Amino acid sequence: MRLQKPEATVTFTFDGRRIKGVAGEPVSAALLANGIKLVARSFKYHRPRGVMSAGSEEQNALVTVGRGAQTEPNLRATTLEVAEGLEVFSQNAWPSLRYDMMAVNDFVSPFLAAGFYYKTFMWPRSFWEKLYEPIIRRAAGLGGLSGETNPDDYEKAFAFCDVLVIGAGPAGLMAALTAGRAGADVILADEDTAMGGRLLREREDMDGKPAAEWVAAALAELGAMKNVRLMTRTTVTGAYDQGTYGALERVAGPRQTGKPLECFWRIVAKRAILCAGALERPIAFPNNDRPGIMMASAVRAYVNRWGVAPGKAVTIFGNNDDAHRTARDLVAAGIKVAALIDSRDDAKVSGDYPIYTGGQVTATKGRHGLESITITHSGGTRTIRTDCLAMSGGWNPTVHLTCHMNGRPTWREDIASFVPTPDSIPGLVVAGACNGAFSTAACLAEGAAVAADVAQGLGLNAAVTLPAADDGAYAITPLWAVPGKGRKWIDFQNDVHVKDIKLAAQENFRSVEHMKRYTTQGMAPDQGKSSNVVALAVLADATGRGIPETGTTTFRPPYVPVSIASMGAGSQGKGFAPERFTTSHKATVDRGAPMIEAGLWYRPSYFPVQGETHWRQSCDREVGYVRNTVGICDVSTLGKIDIQGPDAATLLDFVYTNMFSTLPVGRVRYGLMLREDGHVLDDGTTARLGAQHFVMTTTTAAAGLVMRHLEFVLQVLRPDLDAKVISVTEQWAQFAVAGPQARTLLNTVLDQELTDKDWPFMACGPVGVSGVQGRLFRISFSGEHAYEVAVPSRYGESLFRLLVAQAEVMGGGPYGMEALNVLRIEKGFITHAEIHGRTTAFDIGFERMVSAKKDCIGKAAASRPGLLGAGRQQLVGLRAKGADHVLTAGAHLFEKAAQEVRTNSQGYVTSVCYSPTLDTYLALAFLENGRARHGEVIKLRDHLRNITEEVEVCDPVFFDPTGGRARG
Amino acid sequence: MASLIALTPCAGLLPMTEGEIALTEVTHDRLMSVAPFAGQDKAVSDRLKAQVGSTLPAPNRKAGPVQWFGHGTWLVSDTVELEGLAAVTDQTDAWATVQIAGQGVEDVLARLVPVDLRATVFKKGHTARTMLAHMSVAVTRVGPAAFEIMVMRSMAATLVHDLQVAMRGVAAR
Amino acid sequence: MRIPCPNCGERDRREFYYQGDAVALNRPAPDAGPQAWDDYIHNRDNPAGETRDIWFHEAGCGAWLVVERNTVTHAVHGATLAGLVKR
Repeated sequence: MRLQKPEATVTFTFDGRRIKGVAGEPVSAALLANGIKLVARSFKYHRPRGVMSAGSEEQNALVTVGRGAQTEPNLRATTLEVAEGLEVFSQNAWPSLRYDMMAVNDFVSPFLAAGFYYKTFMWPRSFWEKLYEPIIRRAAGLGGLSGETNPDDYEKAFAFCDVLVIGAGPAGLMAALTAGRAGADVILADEDTAMGGRLLREREDMDGKPAAEWVAAALAELGAMKNVRLMTRTTVTGAYDQGTYGALERVAGPRQTGKPLECFWRIVAKRAILCAGALERPIAFPNNDRPGIMMASAVRAYVNRWGVAPGKAVTIFGNNDDAHRTARDLVAAGIKVAALIDSRDDAKVSGDYPIYTGGQVTATKGRHGLESITITHSGGTRTIRTDCLAMSGGWNPTVHLTCHMNGRPTWREDIASFVPTPDSIPGLVVAGACNGAFSTAACLAEGAAVAADVAQGLGLNAAVTLPAADDGAYAITPLWAVPGKGRKWIDFQNDVHVKDIKLAAQENFRSVEHMKRYTTQGMAPDQGKSSNVVALAVLADATGRGIPETGTTTFRPPYVPVSIASMGAGSQGKGFAPERFTTSHKATVDRGAPMIEAGLWYRPSYFPVQGETHWRQSCDREVGYVRNTVGICDVSTLGKIDIQGPDAATLLDFVYTNMFSTLPVGRVRYGLMLREDGHVLDDGTTARLGAQHFVMTTTTAAAGLVMRHLEFVLQVLRPDLDAKVISVTEQWAQFAVAGPQARTLLNTVLDQELTDKDWPFMACGPVGVSGVQGRLFRISFSGEHAYEVAVPSRYGESLFRLLVAQAEVMGGGPYGMEALNVLRIEKGFITHAEIHGRTTAFDIGFERMVSAKKDCIGKAAASRPGLLGAGRQQLVGLRAKGADHVLTAGAHLFEKAAQEVRTNSQGYVTSVCYSPTLDTYLALAFLENGRARHGEVIKLRDHLRNITEEVEVCDPVFFDPTGGRARG
Repeated sequence: MASLIALTPCAGLLPMTEGEIALTEVTHDRLMSVAPFAGQDKAVSDRLKAQVGSTLPAPNRKAGPVQWFGHGTWLVSDTVELEGLAAVTDQTDAWATVQIAGQGVEDVLARLVPVDLRATVFKKGHTARTMLAHMSVAVTRVGPAAFEIMVMRSMAATLVHDLQVAMRGVAAR
Repeated sequence: MRIPCPNCGERDRREFYYQGDAVALNRPAPDAGPQAWDDYIHNRDNPAGETRDIWFHEAGCGAWLVVERNTVTHAVHGATLAGLVKR
């Protein structure tokens, strides 16, 4: 029921029913205004539940919003904003909220107590996955996911400030005002749609005016400060190292394409002031979970802030002075107070309604909504008709964030609650209700004082001026659970009641952490915000310990559920990883080449031509280009590192196993790099462009790794070396021109004619390429007469098109990664399939490349026992019996007669190809003592693909073993 | 003999506008990395002053055509002659440079760059080597509401994509 | 976690690559013997408390740093350019 007719309404639906609400108010307020009490079914027993709170701590009123791919489950109706056309659905009920079949669970609840699953579903083991788990998951549950890709947009963002104020209630506003006026760079974050906290929810005066007026003035002042940023709808969810805080912003306004639904902020703050307030806790009395039984503070919030009466005849049950303001506010709003029950015998209360001191609620009635309560008090027992019971078991300061870095809260007997332990989070201080200061005046004073301190710590001068405000005392006599029969709910969201916790204690789960896991108390989406203190008080009682000795479970981030979508914002689809495109990308895609990923790069797999139906046809043809005429391949993705300086050659001698200081200018040498542990890091060629100037090439995969390695050597291991390294991978577009016609082709694009005399194998130097200054390297990864020609990247696409066009005129063309792989396997050239991190120079047959004349990285470790000798698996070639005998990579190798079991494995296959040149399958492999076994026939067995083949062990260089073609 | 055609890194990608923010490509005639050899910082600085009018700026700063570009490294958008004093490497074609400008540009970059780029902290002539989404970049403030961003040339398309998504999100708010 | 890079100022740890213990600064002589090399390459303590390790500002300025921090409190005491660290 609404206390006043709203100015304007919008229409939304709840389970299909059209409901009028005020835009921006919580859905829970609109449901209550329309007399809808039953809004949810509980997690385990499917008990009817209603709205319990007016904030993010809500345990009962979880709902689903939207349909199809836009379905969002488990949203709290208390923080979900009413908007025109919003579709809200109840969840965890079938066929309907009112007639939920699974409510049968409630009637068999004596069998479903804590630990039920552990005890019942013990055997047979195989039943778990197929039977028990699906049934349990269906019965016990929350909302469901759509299973479709989320079409909504989300954001991540970074923010920085001097002072982060968390919470904009009286303490937070005062802290922000004080720090802001002092000139600090402030962020004030609050999870509500409007700032003000309890000042918007209570009837209080400040400076003789309604508190809301003071809030409006404070916000106007803050809004005018350039050094203050106000972030509403933003929940600070976690405190992390070095002043980093996570915060989830629900972006305001209607859902529309392109606009983010949520933004996950990482806020870095020099200092933080936690003003998160306090949460009211329930009292455990029999059947305290009926729709209509709410927190007293929530009743006041609905009445005072949203003008909604949660009931027609309200009863109040509390154990502290603060509860009484509920009766006062209801009377002021013209709502009937049916009774006020204060559990304290000595409570000093007066009012124009029935008051029962020393009273307790011992029973409640009403299946789908509260109808009456039974109380016992000093005068006896009586039943009172009521449709709304406001309960208050006292206040729990919101200590959560102070526990995120291993902090433990401190018990304060006078308020019967935990408060933050100072310095739990470096740089964070606490003020107001979350520090146990519950009156408005105390909150304002603490907020100002703490902010002044913080400002001073930042070298700013802060003045403190405080408005006059309510300074009522807070007196409480703890009442955790009412004695007597019946289920007394503690964790409403996970359906845990007093008896479950006692059972845990009885079964010796006495540690609070064990109790939590045994009963699941505090494990629901609300993470026990409201239930933890009550639960551990009951546990303390059951185990005969005090509350401080019992301790709390660990509060971990996030404070409220954070969608994975917001944390992963920007990383979906193309945002997942950068795409690196070569300069020839467009020309390559234009030719219909399928692209494959090589790290972040995209490279062509092959270049199909008309009539080809299988990649092998394309690949075989492209191999033929290189072996017979000429092929073109973009090799720009290989790492290129420019190395200059007086000690450039010394650096190379140190990082490569072989000598580079002896390399003449204008020549290229193949080099092998080890890790310090003696295993191969990378290989590649390095060209000497000048006395103190080299260009190193790395494999595509290891380009970043090698760059980091070189910087490590220069900055960490050998800061005495005067050499500079910088990546030039992106500066140069580089193309392999390979095949017997390579020189002929190049002579059509180079400014000066190439001759074998001036450009022998492994020569390098500057060249003019169609008028552009480029570089030429006579190197070969195919075993053919080949070159790599480089031009500044801006000319890359143009040169690629030109080279390909010339090659095609000559009967050749472009080749892709498949052909490149075949060409190098035929020649026994290794890639990271072979130098995969567990192979040594010895294993690949390169131990003679480890120079005896100098130290180098990995040299000492490479000679360790175990890294040398016949026991090592060594690189060999394997030749299949013929073209129709397929070999596969990953297969294991066995002696011909051996059983194909793991213990008999003597090695494995790293690379395979069909060689069109030799018309057979070839493989590179590692085989125990392999170099001594050339000529032996062994067995290849691929258990995954069920392939068994006899293969002949041979030298890994299958084609042109003398290398005459590359030199020719 | 055919002549080669030059293409810029963002050819076909830019310019682009979302809301009040414009994204355009910036091209350089020359971009040379300068890494002074041991003990030569002063000599390099003096030479640069004479050659291009600016000394080597401190880390995180750009002065005239000379931009700090990382540990012991600067980029000079001009011709330099530092034989024997510094490693000088042509980087002209290695980087894609874009300018992003307009009201709220800091809000766009705050979605991608984990560094405080607000005008009170990050002033004109300030530069940072940092990340933009998953990419390593250099970000430089060139005006009250304008930044230049440099990314490896091969990632130009991803840079434009990521900036466009952030620009749209900010514009939609 | 944030690391104060001597070049760039305080930066989020996502910009950094973690290498490992600062023992890497003290590479043994080539003939130091298997034990010395084994200690250098493989043997590491796993201290609860103060540590000194090596990080690379890979997505930033490209400097290798020696970072002193505490694995229990997560406090980061400071960072020094590796090239300037005495050894």
